[in-house]
Amino acid sequence: MTHLDTEIQELKSDVMEMWSLVINQLKKSQEAILTFNKQIANEIHVNEKRVDAFELKLNMDCEKILALFNPVAIDLRFVLAALKINYNLERIGDYANGISHIIRDADKPFPKELLEETRILEMFETSIEMITEAFNSFEKEDKDLVANLFYKDKKLDEINLNSNKQICAMIRKNPDCAEQSLNLLAVIRKLERVGDQTLNIAEEIIFFIEAKVLRHSRPKKKE
Amino acid sequence: MNLTNTLEIQETFPDIADEMLKAQTKDVNLYYKDFHALKNINFAIKANTVTALIGPSGCGKSTFLRLFNRMNDLISGVKITGDVLLEGENIYKKGIVVDELRKSVGMVFQKPNPFPKSIYENVAYGLRVNGYDHKDSIDEIVERSLKQAALWDEVKDKLKKSAYELSGGQQQRLCIARALAIEPSLILMDEPASALDPLSTSKIEELIYDLKNKYTIVIVTHNMQQAGRVSDYTAFFYLGELIEYDKTKTMFINPQNIKTQNYITGRFG
Repeated sequence: MTHLDTEIQELKSDVMEMWSLVINQLKKSQEAILTFNKQIANEIHVNEKRVDAFELKLNMDCEKILALFNPVAIDLRFVLAALKINYNLERIGDYANGISHIIRDADKPFPKELLEETRILEMFETSIEMITEAFNSFEKEDKDLVANLFYKDKKLDEINLNSNKQICAMIRKNPDCAEQSLNLLAVIRKLERVGDQTLNIAEEIIFFIEAKVLRHSRPKKKE
Repeated sequence: MNLTNTLEIQETFPDIADEMLKAQTKDVNLYYKDFHALKNINFAIKANTVTALIGPSGCGKSTFLRLFNRMNDLISGVKITGDVLLEGENIYKKGIVVDELRKSVGMVFQKPNPFPKSIYENVAYGLRVNGYDHKDSIDEIVERSLKQAALWDEVKDKLKKSAYELSGGQQQRLCIARALAIEPSLILMDEPASALDPLSTSKIEELIYDLKNKYTIVIVTHNMQQAGRVSDYTAFFYLGELIEYDKTKTMFINPQNIKTQNYITGRFG
């Protein structure tokens, strides 16, 4: 194994560690919202600093490899992909933290029927599945494992697209829950963005494995 | 895209007529006695580009480079088959005068090899040998060549001094100026910066980059980063075969052949 191989293995291992941390943040945000657990929301907030620190460390590791080893071909593609995946993971961490803030600031639990009607639970499960499948694809360097992500993201988009009308209807039906409904709309938006960031990650995995650039080649979403 | 056969070469340069390809090889084989050093090489060099030849020692890249000025002819036991074209003309056909050919093909070697003469005479020598005798015109060409080689400002006040007083990097640029003086059609460079420090290497690389506006350059290099920095196209040779030939960017980001990938990433063997 060359020195560069060792550096790249370490980088991969660190990216996966950051990835696990972010998946955990997202799972905690799901639990916190379902159980209205402010302690878990606080844990997410504390862990966000770890995510940020990880991002800086991975950035520096990528810079070091680029500057000292001049990687080319698959090595270059890996480092470039790691750099962008790192950025996307940090953004997903931000969304989880944003959800934790909503819970920390809320003064009463979200009614179960609101959570069911908005399909938030489904969004959480889908987005966590997506980011986990992307993780497995990156770990095994198997592009086929991200093939389903594009379909799963459509489900998130569809829920998000219908959410405005649904939240309006819910507010009309139950004006006392207006603030909670608007908070849930904010959570929906964040989970939809988690799906987008995960698709960006999937594109980087395909770039790294196959040197294919998919960015901007996906069909545009309906506004 | 991969440029290892004639059809692909034509597909790659569809808008370019044959005569606009500066040089070409067609089914070239070269033997050193029983040793098959180049195996069925089909290659095209586009005018006003820099083409880098890379590969491990003994892969045939320098032998391939020397095809274009027939320097391999000087080695006993060499046998060459196939066609080597320079501006459309087969330079191995009967009747070609090798001295005339070498007026069209300049060469720069690994180690600077200035003549034991003054800086001025090093550049003027080739002109005189080729029949130039008008002093004003020689002065003009010497100045122009030294300027093209980015050396003029450093030597204009000491043209009569010995070339040996120059640094290694300056000597190498002097050798490039000497090659440029006769306005060659093609410039061959065999690891031109491998004996130089990083600053001199950088100057040579900048020079190569600038010269392609006027000249066509083929460079052999063991330095992958140098190939990436200076060349438009890169060819990878291995065991006498042309394994892959493509745009440099493609070769260094997404090589198609696993042997190329292993070589440029340092995982060869």
